[in-house]
Amino acid sequence: MTEVLLIGGMFMVTFSVRYVLFAVAGKVRFPPWLITGLSFVPPAVLTAIIVPAVLLPRDELWLSIDNPWLLAGGFAAGVAVWRKDLLTTIVLGMLCFMLLRFGFGLGW
Amino acid sequence: MNSSAAVSHELRLIKRREMLAGAKATLPLIVGAIPFGIIFGTLAGPSGLSAWGALAMSVIVFAGSAQFIALGLMAAGAAVPVIIATTFVVNLRHILYAANLVPKVAHLPHRWRLMIAFGLTDETFAAVSNRFLLQQNTDYAHWFYLGSWLAMYSNWVLCTGLGIALGELFPDMTDWGLDFAMSVTFIGMVVPYLKSRPMWGAVIVSGVIAMATLGMPHKLGLIVAALCGIATGLSFHLLQKRSTAAEANHD
Repeated sequence: MTEVLLIGGMFMVTFSVRYVLFAVAGKVRFPPWLITGLSFVPPAVLTAIIVPAVLLPRDELWLSIDNPWLLAGGFAAGVAVWRKDLLTTIVLGMLCFMLLRFGFGLGW
Repeated sequence: MNSSAAVSHELRLIKRREMLAGAKATLPLIVGAIPFGIIFGTLAGPSGLSAWGALAMSVIVFAGSAQFIALGLMAAGAAVPVIIATTFVVNLRHILYAANLVPKVAHLPHRWRLMIAFGLTDETFAAVSNRFLLQQNTDYAHWFYLGSWLAMYSNWVLCTGLGIALGELFPDMTDWGLDFAMSVTFIGMVVPYLKSRPMWGAVIVSGVIAMATLGMPHKLGLIVAALCGIATGLSFHLLQKRSTAAEANHD
């Protein structure tokens, strides 16, 4: 029952956000400040997810150079600046993480 | 073959070509989504979501990052309304994508706009925005969108199923730390935004507040941090605009 509520609710909010502008099909115009504000949504939300995920991978603060989440995250950011390509960042970042975890045995 | 049959045959070919091109353009992004889907499936069980629930979520909600975050929140014991509110904030970015596409699809029948709305993901937007916004002759570009969405959707559902099966075969997979796939994907998505001072401001404030609010109940910190980041970016932007306007007046 909880799962039905959860999935139903997630569907409702996700679909309404995606659909609202197509439903009115250009008849409503957003004020410019709102458009600008929305452009900050993706980086702000994603950063609020990333930072705790790499600094507290095991639910407590882990601020040292043997934290593979932190190391590989920094490496991935470097790759993203360098190559500007999402797929390259994902593949190299993941490889770096696997190497640190399984090659060097960090973070177990 | 009479001429109207020839025309409709020609049209079918055009539509099929658009669909295939749409699927093909989405392929590199699908490669990135494969580990994402599999890991979502493997993490579902340990986070407290049943196998059917995980599959239904991928079929019905179809929003990768929101689904991942929902798992994280479930594992942390967050309440259903909090998970739904977080999903809303996380998916707000799709309004931006829709705003870009609306002028190109406003003339289409309603059922097409329903499909376009449901299929609006980061990946499909990235794949179709080239076709819609940069290329000419977009009369049949909605078939391109359909191809992109079908490729993305079937892959997402398939990978979720595969992940659920793998998770049951190898229960210790959750200790491998594969949730890092989500962090690395998001890092790759955030970095290209960092081109202006307001953007940097938004990201730094959001990250710092996310850490400062870890103790908040119901995992509300994510929403608070994101809103603070957005407010910072917007204020920076408006201040910058005002100061350049003032300079222009001065000159």
